[in-house]
Amino acid sequence: MKVVYTDVLIIGGGLAGLRVATGVKERGHDAVVLTLVPPKRSHSAAAQGGMQASLANSTMGEGDNEDVHFADTIKGSDWGADQVVARMFTHCAPKAIRELAHWGVPWTRVKKGDRTAIINAKKVTITEKEEAHGLITARDFGGTKKWRTCYTSDGTGHSMLFAMDNKAHEDKVEIHERLEAISLIHENGRCFGAVARNLMSGELVAYVSKATTIATGGYGRIYSVSTNAIICQGIGQAIALETGVATLGNMEAIQFHPTAIVPVGILTTEGCRGDGGLLLDKDGYRFMPDYEPEKKELASRDVVSRRMTEHMRKGKGVKSRYGDHLWLDITILGREHIEKNLREVKEICENFLGIDPAEEWIPVRPTQHYSMGGIRTKYTGESQTLKGLYSCGEAACWDMHGFNRLGGNSVSETVVSGMLVAEYISDYLESDESHLTIHSAVIEQFVHKEQEKLEALLTNENGEDAYVLRRRMEEIMMEKVGIFRNGKDLKEAVDELEELYMRSKNIEVFRSKSRAANPALENAYRTQKMLKVALCVAYGALERTESRGAHSREDYPERDDVNWLKRTITSWPNEEDTLPTITYEQIDIESMEMPPGFRGYGKDLTIRNEKSQKRQEEVDAIIQKLQAEGKDRFEIQEALMPFRDKLPKKYQGKNARLGENV
Amino acid sequence: MSEQKNRILKISILRFDPHDPDDVPHMETFEVEEAPGMTLFVVLNEIREHHDNSLKFDFVCRAGICGSCSMLVNGRPTLACRTLTKKLDEHITLAPLPLFELIGDLSVYTGKWMRGLNERLETWIHDKANELNVDALEERMEPELADEIYELDRCVECGCCVAGCGTIQMRENFVGAVGLNKVARYHLDPRDKRSDEEYYELIGDEDGVFGCMTLLGCEDVCPKDLPLQSKIAYMRRLMLKTALKN
Repeated sequence: MKVVYTDVLIIGGGLAGLRVATGVKERGHDAVVLTLVPPKRSHSAAAQGGMQASLANSTMGEGDNEDVHFADTIKGSDWGADQVVARMFTHCAPKAIRELAHWGVPWTRVKKGDRTAIINAKKVTITEKEEAHGLITARDFGGTKKWRTCYTSDGTGHSMLFAMDNKAHEDKVEIHERLEAISLIHENGRCFGAVARNLMSGELVAYVSKATTIATGGYGRIYSVSTNAIICQGIGQAIALETGVATLGNMEAIQFHPTAIVPVGILTTEGCRGDGGLLLDKDGYRFMPDYEPEKKELASRDVVSRRMTEHMRKGKGVKSRYGDHLWLDITILGREHIEKNLREVKEICENFLGIDPAEEWIPVRPTQHYSMGGIRTKYTGESQTLKGLYSCGEAACWDMHGFNRLGGNSVSETVVSGMLVAEYISDYLESDESHLTIHSAVIEQFVHKEQEKLEALLTNENGEDAYVLRRRMEEIMMEKVGIFRNGKDLKEAVDELEELYMRSKNIEVFRSKSRAANPALENAYRTQKMLKVALCVAYGALERTESRGAHSREDYPERDDVNWLKRTITSWPNEEDTLPTITYEQIDIESMEMPPGFRGYGKDLTIRNEKSQKRQEEVDAIIQKLQAEGKDRFEIQEALMPFRDKLPKKYQGKNARLGENV
Repeated sequence: MSEQKNRILKISILRFDPHDPDDVPHMETFEVEEAPGMTLFVVLNEIREHHDNSLKFDFVCRAGICGSCSMLVNGRPTLACRTLTKKLDEHITLAPLPLFELIGDLSVYTGKWMRGLNERLETWIHDKANELNVDALEERMEPELADEIYELDRCVECGCCVAGCGTIQMRENFVGAVGLNKVARYHLDPRDKRSDEEYYELIGDEDGVFGCMTLLGCEDVCPKDLPLQSKIAYMRRLMLKTALKN
């Protein structure tokens, strides 16, 4: 049996995983990164439009700061987010972006003087300040008060990931490519690493570690059409779930991005609309102002996706052999702008649609895009229930997005959570609690168990075809656990998924019997795991009888702050179970800095909790009193909801901006 | 409008499983009915799902962004995911990217090669003297310069330029256009404090910029249309100047 010992095992080589790796290395600890693909090919590379950080350099970002970013994030989350975590995040985002600039990301910069932009379908002139010249600029994104999304053209994730991976090279981080973690090694409530399968040789390797971090991204591929890379299958969430100890949070919170191209579901960035692009229906009519007069195309993603679906249901969609779609018009931005700032979009349109987006409209419709849910952790990134297991980035639910994530907050989250979690893990490694106390015989048992499961898949007879089960699962998720949900469909989804899950125990890998690289074998064990994840999503959605953020129930259209201001916690305590176990975690209104209110979209359908009003009065009184005493915004914030002491010391400092803290 | 009858594509794939002692490299042909908007990503998955589930290939983003799926399509290196079948004849030949370690069928180990290259050329910002203060304003950069750096930063390490390179066929340690472009990118970046002499140490020989025979297959096949020709020429002039100066 091959065993590799390390201080920190990091599963996943995208932005979040690599940032954890370089962080713990800097603190003097060893790290091994396991990754399915070369890190530079991770799904982080596909993030196009940008990273939110409240630098406030460009004229349209003037007045921005952590407070505004925080308020946007909480509203966006439909008050589902953990406000302390959101505070930690918005405080650290400027630090993370400056760090990335230092490591080589060629962020697009402010150019002083006049420039033309398109706002609300009109040409306007923006004058950039002399003193901002050469600092990092930002574009507009949905659901934000200020232009806050920093970018490199529309290849932001690519540039960030390349800089991050190069930094990992510099720091000599050990990266084990084409290795897939297939189960976690754990004993007595403590995680000790993972069993991994080498995808080239088929060999099983036990990675034994003091701390283990899952940074494997989201689980979009449980849907048949998703903007996600094909490796985003939720295997990280599944292996956590399969411990029976670790829990998942808010798995039903799934984001649909308004503008993926039809039919293949490849993303065109929110930057298209941020830069002035419009959504049009079959008559070429701009319909969003009718639904959302204030934010129009730049309402929050969940809202725009629902409005588009509603509009198509009214018969206003464009008919095509792949179903109805709408148009994204960026021709008004002009060729020069598209070729400079939206070049990935242009390439995608040319290669996959055969059109020139500077001349023609792009066929789009809302498509699965992001997983707000994930491995439930404390603010430190550590599982609430399995010691030594950490998670960050899209894989985790720590929980800064609640029920809807703002565009530009995801790549930002990867690097911010990575830099923070690296510090908390390092603290843990430097404590006596972190010693390895697992017997080698136990490690061997874990490896042996996986070996047996793989053998069974290869030697089963008259079993099930994994592809059949998987395709059916993907269809069910699309049809019954989509943008709009209802009790009847969700019940059917849960029942059928449960049946598919039971059938998946009897999967047989037909014909392709190699124990080495074997795509059919991989599909077989991944399908079993994906079905568990799909069940968590569908079951959580069925039980949540309200509408919040991206979880929209036609039979329960209200956001119910009386009964549902809580997180869904999902676990799988017994291997023989055929459904996950669901419990809930209350979200405490009384400690909120920003008590629940109206998000400002459509009609206000909130069932209010009386505590919200009470807390709002408290908050208002504190603000009024402290303002009268001449306190600054930091002191007032501290009085409302302290968070700074939770941050690692090195990240507690105030951020400099033009005219503030310089 | 009557639907046109779809073509039946004949996909010939060079197959070999290095883990199977009985296997030898051989061509295998599959027939797939073409569908509108079909890409090689769709074709290969269809073959795996309905014809032969042991077929090995690599896709990740399937959107032309991540560089995983480069292979020889009718003999030419390119990204398979964004290759539309309608642009090809009905008989399509697919082979793994040459020069890289073969994992099986169309799957090659580009990651290992690229990591070796990045380590060798130290493709990161060298600036030990400048300690970052994460609280302070970022260093300024001219907007045009940032754009120029991004232009070169767009390389996705797909390996097409390496597969299309004449020099590397004879000189296996040649850094390739991917390597020279990376050096050009860091040379352009004022945040990297390496001197011309230090760059000369990295690429001032025949495995570097003086090895290039300017056949420029690299530029022809680069899926990101990087200005490889002009950057190689520029680095060559610069390295020559550096050599003469010293």
